[in-house]
Amino acid sequence: MSRPAIARSLSRHTLVWVIGSFIVVPLLYAVFAGFKSTGALTTDPIGLPDPWRVSNYTGILTSGDFWRQIGNSVLIAVATTLITVVVAALAAFAFARYAFRGRELFFTLFAAGLMFPPAVAVLPLFVLLRSFGLLDNPLGVILPQAAFQLPLTIVILRSFFRTIPGDLEEAAIIDGCTRFGFFWRILLPMARPAIGTVSVLAIVTSWNNFFLPLLVLADPKWQTIPVGIQQFQGQYATDYALVMAYIVLAMVPAIAFYAIAERQLIGGLTAGATKG
Amino acid sequence: MTLSATTDDRPRHAVRPPRKRGRRAPAGERLRGWLSTTWFLLPALLLFFFFVLIPIVVAFYTSFFDWGGFGRPEDFAGLGNYRKLADDPVFHGDLWRGLVIVLLSIAIQLPLALGTAVLLNQEMRGRAVYRAIFFAPYILSEVIAGVLFGIIFLPDAGLADHIFGGLPLVGGLAGKWFADPATALPTLFAVMTWKYFGFHMMIYLAGLQGIPKEVLEAASIDGASPWRRFRSVTLPLLAPTVRISVFLSVIGSIQLFDLVWVTTTGGPTHSTETMAVTMFQFGFKRYQMGYASAISVAMFLICMVFSLLYQRYALRRDLQGAVTSAGGRR
Repeated sequence: MSRPAIARSLSRHTLVWVIGSFIVVPLLYAVFAGFKSTGALTTDPIGLPDPWRVSNYTGILTSGDFWRQIGNSVLIAVATTLITVVVAALAAFAFARYAFRGRELFFTLFAAGLMFPPAVAVLPLFVLLRSFGLLDNPLGVILPQAAFQLPLTIVILRSFFRTIPGDLEEAAIIDGCTRFGFFWRILLPMARPAIGTVSVLAIVTSWNNFFLPLLVLADPKWQTIPVGIQQFQGQYATDYALVMAYIVLAMVPAIAFYAIAERQLIGGLTAGATKG
Repeated sequence: MTLSATTDDRPRHAVRPPRKRGRRAPAGERLRGWLSTTWFLLPALLLFFFFVLIPIVVAFYTSFFDWGGFGRPEDFAGLGNYRKLADDPVFHGDLWRGLVIVLLSIAIQLPLALGTAVLLNQEMRGRAVYRAIFFAPYILSEVIAGVLFGIIFLPDAGLADHIFGGLPLVGGLAGKWFADPATALPTLFAVMTWKYFGFHMMIYLAGLQGIPKEVLEAASIDGASPWRRFRSVTLPLLAPTVRISVFLSVIGSIQLFDLVWVTTTGGPTHSTETMAVTMFQFGFKRYQMGYASAISVAMFLICMVFSLLYQRYALRRDLQGAVTSAGGRR
C-alpha cells in the first residue's frame, strides 16, 4: 500500500472505532457494573470491578423469577412465530398464485397494516381482550402479536412465492397433488430461506415487545422478560449494580440469537423496509 | 381442474390465453377453486380483523363517549373528547416534541447512519464485525436500552457524569440529563440514536450495494473528488433509500413509547412525553378511556395522513425503482 492509502485506511479505522466505542462502552459498562457493588459503582463507574463480585449475577440466576420470565418469553415468541408464519404463508400463497375477486383489495388492506404501529391499537385491544377474557392469558399477547406481524410476513413471503415457477405447480397437480399438497410438501420446503427470515423477524419482535405484555400480563406468573426487567427496576430502584446484572443477563439470549441468525435478521429487516 | 384459478402474472409464464368470463371452467370446479382460496385466506383475514381492524373501529367508537373503561360506554360526548384534545397543552406538546424528534433524526441520526454506511461500504478489514456491532443495539429491547441509559445518565453517580462532567461543551449537562426538563429530550434523543442508527445504517448499506461500481469508477476517471462523487453520484442514486429511512423514522417516532416509559415516564413536567405516553396515562392511570381513545384515533389519523401524503409525493417514483431492486439483489 502506498503511504496515502495507509493514512486513509488508518483514519477510516479510527473513525469507525470512535463511533464503535459509543456503541460498545455502555454495554461493557453494564457487564462490569454487574460485578460491582452499588456503592463501588456509583463512586467509581469507570474502573474495573475490584473485587469481582459474582453475587449479583448468581443471585438472579438462582431465582425462579428470571427463568420463569425467560420461559414465558420463549413460549410467547415461539407460539407467535408459529401462528404468524403458518397463517401468513397460506395467505401469501393465495395472493401470489391465484386470481380471485378482491385480491388486490385484500392485499392492499394487509399492506396498509405495515404503516400502522401497534401502539395505535393497544388501548382498544386491551378493552377487546378484556371482554374476550384474554387478560393474564398468554394468548392475549400471542394472537395480537401474530396479527400485527402478518403484514410484513405476507409481503415478504408473497414476493418470494412469486419467484417459484408456475410450471412446477402444474407438474405437481398433473402428478395428482392437491393445491394444499403442493403448498405443504413442495412450496414450503422450497421457501425455507424466506421462512427463516420471517421467523427470525417474528421472534425478535415478540421477544422485545413491551407495550402489550405490560397491559395484558399483569400477573407475575406470565410476565415476559421486558416487563420483568421493568418490574425488577421498580423493585430494586436504587440497587443499580443488581439492576445492571439483570439487564446483562436479559441481553444474553438476544445477543446469542443475533449471533446465530444475523444474516436472516439483517436480510429480512432491509427487505422488509425496502419492499414494504 | 383447479388449475383454472392459477394466475401467472409474470410475463415469462403468460402463455395461456386469458379466459373470457362465462367460458371458464364448469361451476362446480370454480366453486372448489374459490373455496380453496378462501381456506388459504381465511385464517389471516380473521386474525387481522379481530386484532387489528376491530380495535381501530372500537377506538373510533369509544372516543365519542365519556368512559372510564368499565361497563358499556353510555355517556355520549359527541366531539367533546376531540375538542378537549385540541385544547390540551400536553397534546400540543406531544406533537411538538414528536416534530423535534423527527427533525433531530433527519439532521443528526440519519446523516450519521449514512456516513457510517458509506465508510463501511468500502473495503476494510473487520468490516463485517463493525457492521454487526453497530447493529447490535437495534436487536436489544427498548426496555434494556432504557434501563441501561437511565443508570448511565444518573445525575452525579452515573457514567455519563464521570466521562463528560469535566469536558467543556457538554460539561454543563452534568447532573442534569434526564432530570432537567431542558435537557431530558436531547438526552432521550441520544439514547434513540444509540438504539436506532444501526438499523438505518443497514438500510443504507443495502441501498449502497445496489449502486453499480462502474458509475463511481467512471466519475473518478473523469476526475471527480471523493466528496464530489458522494454528492453527485452516490447521494442521488441513494435518494429512494433515504426517503424510506425518513418514512420509518417518522412512523417510529409517532409510536414512541417503550423507551420513554422506562427512562422518564414522560417527565420531568411532560418534557419527554409522547402521544403514546399521554394515551397510556389517560387510559390506564386516570381511567379516562374515552379521551385516551381519542388520542389513539389522532395517532391513527396522523399515521394515515402522513403515510398517504408521503407515498403520494415522496415514494411514488420509487415504488418500482432503485430501492426494491437493491433490496432484492441482496
